[in-house]
Amino acid sequence: MTVPSSSYKATAAPIAADTDAPARASLGELAQRHLSKLVVAPSFAAILVFVYGFILWTVYISFTNSRMLPSYDLVGAEAYEKLWRIDRWYVAIENLLIFGGLFIGVSLAIGIVLAVLLDQRIRGEGVLRTIYLYPMALSFIVTGTAWKWILNPTIGIQEFVRDLGFPNFTFDWIVQQDTAVYTLVIAAVWQSSGFVMALFLAALRGVDQEIIKAAYLDGASLPRIYWGIVLPSVRPVFMSAFVILAHLAVKSYDLVVALTGGGPGYASDLPATFMYEMTFRRNQISIGSASAMMMLATVVAIIVPYLYSELKGGKRV
Amino acid sequence: MSSLTSALPPAEGMGPRVARWGLYLILLLFAAYYLLPLVVMVSTSFKSLDEIRTGSLLSLPRDISTDAWTYAWTRACIGADCRGMAPYFMNSLVIVVPAVIISTLFGALNGYALTKWRFRGANVIFAMILFGSFLPSQVMLLPMAQTLGFLGLAGSAAGLILVHVVYGLAFTTLFFRNYYVSIPDDLVKAATIDGAGFFQIFTKIMVPLSLPIMVVTIIWQFTQIWNDFLFGASFAAGGAQPVTVALNNLVNTTTGVKQYNVDMAAAMIAGLPTLVVYALAGKYFIRGLTAGSVKG
Repeated sequence: MTVPSSSYKATAAPIAADTDAPARASLGELAQRHLSKLVVAPSFAAILVFVYGFILWTVYISFTNSRMLPSYDLVGAEAYEKLWRIDRWYVAIENLLIFGGLFIGVSLAIGIVLAVLLDQRIRGEGVLRTIYLYPMALSFIVTGTAWKWILNPTIGIQEFVRDLGFPNFTFDWIVQQDTAVYTLVIAAVWQSSGFVMALFLAALRGVDQEIIKAAYLDGASLPRIYWGIVLPSVRPVFMSAFVILAHLAVKSYDLVVALTGGGPGYASDLPATFMYEMTFRRNQISIGSASAMMMLATVVAIIVPYLYSELKGGKRV
Repeated sequence: MSSLTSALPPAEGMGPRVARWGLYLILLLFAAYYLLPLVVMVSTSFKSLDEIRTGSLLSLPRDISTDAWTYAWTRACIGADCRGMAPYFMNSLVIVVPAVIISTLFGALNGYALTKWRFRGANVIFAMILFGSFLPSQVMLLPMAQTLGFLGLAGSAAGLILVHVVYGLAFTTLFFRNYYVSIPDDLVKAATIDGAGFFQIFTKIMVPLSLPIMVVTIIWQFTQIWNDFLFGASFAAGGAQPVTVALNNLVNTTTGVKQYNVDMAAAMIAGLPTLVVYALAGKYFIRGLTAGSVKG
């Protein structure tokens, strides 16, 4: 996912040393070196404008009184004050906490269990892995169509089980105000847990076989070997998986649109749908921008410490 | 890549045998959970409306009917436009193909320049390119909409191509950079001594070596851009919308009798390209996933 820190080291290698030596830099080499910069320049300029410039632009807009069209009159933090007085925003935040917490927790649990189970010399492992991971290849707008149907009480699982002879069976979370957000968890876990499995499986395969053999010969049982030796040694993967999932949770948008549309009412809104609604549908551009800044702050708070520790850790090794 | 437990002797006796059956049972149950939505989608798309009304969620179609597929492809109404999914599918192709090619090309050049012709600040530049991809797109949506308007690209396929190229650069650059790092610098050095220049070395030495990472990058970009919904919904208007946006409009249209089989067929149409790519080259997709998973 991130730059493996080892590759940072590997690159600080011979070529750099050569080109940095001024004595050997002929005119041709000089041109070549600038050519390298020229090649990267368009991409870098595009990122500078379209990412960092746009973020500053959004920051600016969030301090204006823009409504239907962006205005450039600064009015201070008004939009933020308004944002934090909107009930719908609190619903979105609360949903993000519920959704994010459950999504991360359950995805990690299922991912780890599946990885450990698949690691037992399973016949057909390749096929199973393919099945567990395919949801990541499909847009949620696509699979959401099926989930919406499955979760719909009058035609989905509820009806199915009632037809089996349980007329009182009820599973109508998607149409209830206080449970709709849990259907987002079901579908999001379905999409991402296979991926967590893949991360952990790769890590498990990297654990030193000799230690395990030694523990086994000492009489340790299989569960104890996993719990005591294997899982602790893949600790870094927990961190990566957590950061990836947290980051996916904050960005979740397609999921809500496809499954609940934020409803019933706005009961299953998340910050991303709130932002879209305010900016493009309700003519509250400055409030939309303020909410986007809140999302940015959340993601940065998750990502920066992680990247920092990754890079710092890499240097130590 | 051997299994962890291969370090251990094979289990014997009744107890472990039962445990193994349980193990397979659990794994198969999970497989069923993951397959459920796909099975429901496929089987419903081949049913007639009558059969949907009388049958149940999980029943397989008795008479396989492709009517829903034909209807979804050619006649289903997306908003007021009743030309089916076909034109929107084409829109997606028109957006995806150039966006994938351009972003992959830039990624390869960037990766090459950043590893084999390093200059002062190369790492900082790379870090800044990469960091941007972590950030939520919501902070860039409004300025992007405005900028596309200024450029006269609002609502057009060209606008979406631009958006996808720019926001894909971080990942294509990441993929190629990390791949080129492992190619020995001596190769490049030797070629320089022989008088080969920047682009010559790129086309003659680096590109032929890049096939695996190119496959990973192309598959990754294809899947990401084909599946995009947020940018399509925000920047494309009416007839220029990509297939995901059209599907969402189709499914959420509330007028008339709900044709679930048509909804499911339309969903399959929108999902089929990435599903086929995954089935054919899943290995490469997963490699991209583990390298580029941060993008939401």
